[in-house]
Amino acid sequence: MNFLPQFIVSKDSHGALISIIGRLDAKGASSLWHAITQKISNTDLPNLTLNLEKVNYLDTAGATFIYHIEKLARTRGVKAFFIVNLKQEFSPLIELAKTIKQKDFSNQTPQKLSFVENKGKNLSDTFSETKEFITYIGEITWALIQSLKHPKTIRWADTFLVAERAGVDALPIVALISFIVGLVMAFQAAIPMRMFGAELYVANLIGIAMIRELGPLMTAIVLAGRSSSAFAAEIGTMRINEEIDALTVMGLDPIRFLIVPRVIALTVITPLLTIFSNLVGILGGALVITSLGYPIISYYNQIASFVEWNDFAGGLVKCFVFGILIATSGCIRGYQTQSGPSAVGVSTTRAVVTGIVLIAIFDGIFSIMYYYLGI
Amino acid sequence: MKPMETIIKIENLYAGYNNIPIIENISFKVLKGEVFMIIGGSGCGKSTLLKNMIGLLPPISGNVMILGENLSQAIGKEKNLILQKIGVAFQSGALFGSMTVMENVKLVLKEFTSLPDSVMDDIVWLKLKLVGLEKAAFLMPGELSGGMKKRAALARAMALDPSIIFLDEPSAGLDPITSAGLDHLVRELASSLGITFVIVTHELASIDAISDRIIMLEKDAKTIIATGTPAQLKNDHSNPYVYNFFNRTIHKGEK
Repeated sequence: MNFLPQFIVSKDSHGALISIIGRLDAKGASSLWHAITQKISNTDLPNLTLNLEKVNYLDTAGATFIYHIEKLARTRGVKAFFIVNLKQEFSPLIELAKTIKQKDFSNQTPQKLSFVENKGKNLSDTFSETKEFITYIGEITWALIQSLKHPKTIRWADTFLVAERAGVDALPIVALISFIVGLVMAFQAAIPMRMFGAELYVANLIGIAMIRELGPLMTAIVLAGRSSSAFAAEIGTMRINEEIDALTVMGLDPIRFLIVPRVIALTVITPLLTIFSNLVGILGGALVITSLGYPIISYYNQIASFVEWNDFAGGLVKCFVFGILIATSGCIRGYQTQSGPSAVGVSTTRAVVTGIVLIAIFDGIFSIMYYYLGI
Repeated sequence: MKPMETIIKIENLYAGYNNIPIIENISFKVLKGEVFMIIGGSGCGKSTLLKNMIGLLPPISGNVMILGENLSQAIGKEKNLILQKIGVAFQSGALFGSMTVMENVKLVLKEFTSLPDSVMDDIVWLKLKLVGLEKAAFLMPGELSGGMKKRAALARAMALDPSIIFLDEPSAGLDPITSAGLDHLVRELASSLGITFVIVTHELASIDAISDRIIMLEKDAKTIIATGTPAQLKNDHSNPYVYNFFNRTIHKGEK
C-alpha cells in the first residue's frame, strides 16, 4: 500500500515541531514539498524540531528532502534545528545527505561556449569534415583505379550481390514512382493544352522531361533513399562490431574490400535503372494520351520525332555520375560511423542527405554544362 | 639453454589519441613462444597499446617492431605484408556477420593464396578442429554463443598460421568454465604449435593459469609499473597497486 505521507505541525513558545508520518521516498517528498516549505517560510520561531518517529521508509530522496528542510529553516532564521526519534536504520542516509554541502561540479561541467565560439566551432568542424570527405573520395578513386587495372582483385561476387539488391530489387519502386510521375504530368499538362487543341504535344513534354531530367533524377533519389542508406548502415554496423578493424589487421584494405564493389555495382546499375524509369514514365503518359482518344502509334511517333539521341545520352551520362555520388556518400558516411547506440542512425541519415544534396548540385552543374554544349 | 628469440620489440612508445598520450615511454620485448600478458586496471591504456601493436593506431612516437620489421613506419602494401604474419582476435569476436564461420576463416586464405578450394576447406577444417568448432562450420556468427564466437575468432586469427596471435580480453563476458576452456586452448596452441600469444586482460584466473610473463600498466603512471612472471608479481610488495591488483584488495599493501 502506498499512502502519501502526512505531516502535523504543533507550536509552542519555544519553537515548532513538525511530525512526518508515512513513506519518505521521491514521490512522498514531492507531495509534501510545497506545503512544508510554505509552513517553514511562514514561521519565525527560533527552534524547529523534526519528528521522524512515524516515518516507516526513507531513501536518498527523503534524506535530501530533510537536508533541504534544514537548509530552508536556517535561512529563515531558525537557530536550532533538531531531528528526533530517527530510526537507527535511517541515520546513515541522513549522514550521507549532509555531504550535499560539499557538492561541487565546477571543474567537471563542460566548458560552455558563447554563441560566436559555437558557430566558429561548427564551421571548423564542417571544414575538417569536408576535408575528411575529400580524402576518402581520393582514397576511393585510387582504389577504384587500382581495381580496374587489376580486375581480378575486385570482389565480383559481392559486386553482383550489391547490383542485385540495389538494382533488380529496386525495379518495383522505380517503376511505381516513374509511372505515377509520367501519368500525373501527362494528365496535368493535357488539361490546359486541350484548350489549344494541342493534347498530342503532351507526348513531347513527357518524352523530353522523362529522358533528360526526371528519369535520372527520380532513379537517383530512390537509390539515395534505398541503397545509400543501406550501404551506410551495413558499413556502419561493421565499424561498430570492429569488423573493419578486423579486415585492416588481416592486411585487407577495407576500401577495396567493402567500398569498391558497392561503387562499381551502383555505377553500373543506375544508368540501367534510369533507362527502365524513362520507359515506364513514358508508358504512364501513354495511358493518359490513349484515354484521350489518340492512338498509341501517334504518341510514339511524336516522341520519336522530337526526342534526340543527344537527350538520351545526356541523361545517361548524368545518372552514371549520380550512381558514383550515391554509392560514395553512403559508403563514406558508413565508414565515418562513430561509436554509440545512435551512431548508425546518424550515419544513414547523413548518407541520404549527403547523397541528395550532391545529386541536386551535380544536376545543376549538368544543366549549365548541357546548355553551353547545346545539348 | 639457448637464449630465446625476440619476436616483438616495443621501443620508447608514446601512444594515445589526438596527440595526447595515454601511455608514455613504453619499452618491452616479447619472446618467441611465450604467452605474454598485458594487464592493468580499466582505462590504463591496455587497448591503446594493443591497437598500436597491431597497426590500427599510429604511435605518437616510438616504434613497434614485429618479427624484425617496423610496423609503425610501414604503410600500404608493406604494412599489409607485416599484418599477414600476425593474427588478432577481438574482444567481441568481430566475425563478419554476413558469412558463415567457415567463410570467416576461409576469407584470408582466399585473398592471399591461390590454393584449390578443397584444400582451403581442409585447412579451415583443421583450424576449426583445433578450436573445437568443427561442428559449427556452417553456422552464422549470430547463431554462436559468446564462447564459440571467441573460438571462431581465434580460428580466423590462425588462418594463415601466424607466428603471433593477439587476443583482446578473451575472458570478457564468459562464464568461468568457458573462460578456463579458452585458457587451456591458448596454452595448448602455444606449446603444440609454438605460437606466441599476446593477451590483453584483467582476469586474475587467466593470468595465473597461462601467462609466462606479464607487464602491468597503470593509469596515473601512464607506463609499465611492473614486469615479471605471475608468481613474481603476486609476491611483489614494493608497489601497493600491484599488490592490490593481484590480491583483490583495496587497502595499501603492507611489507
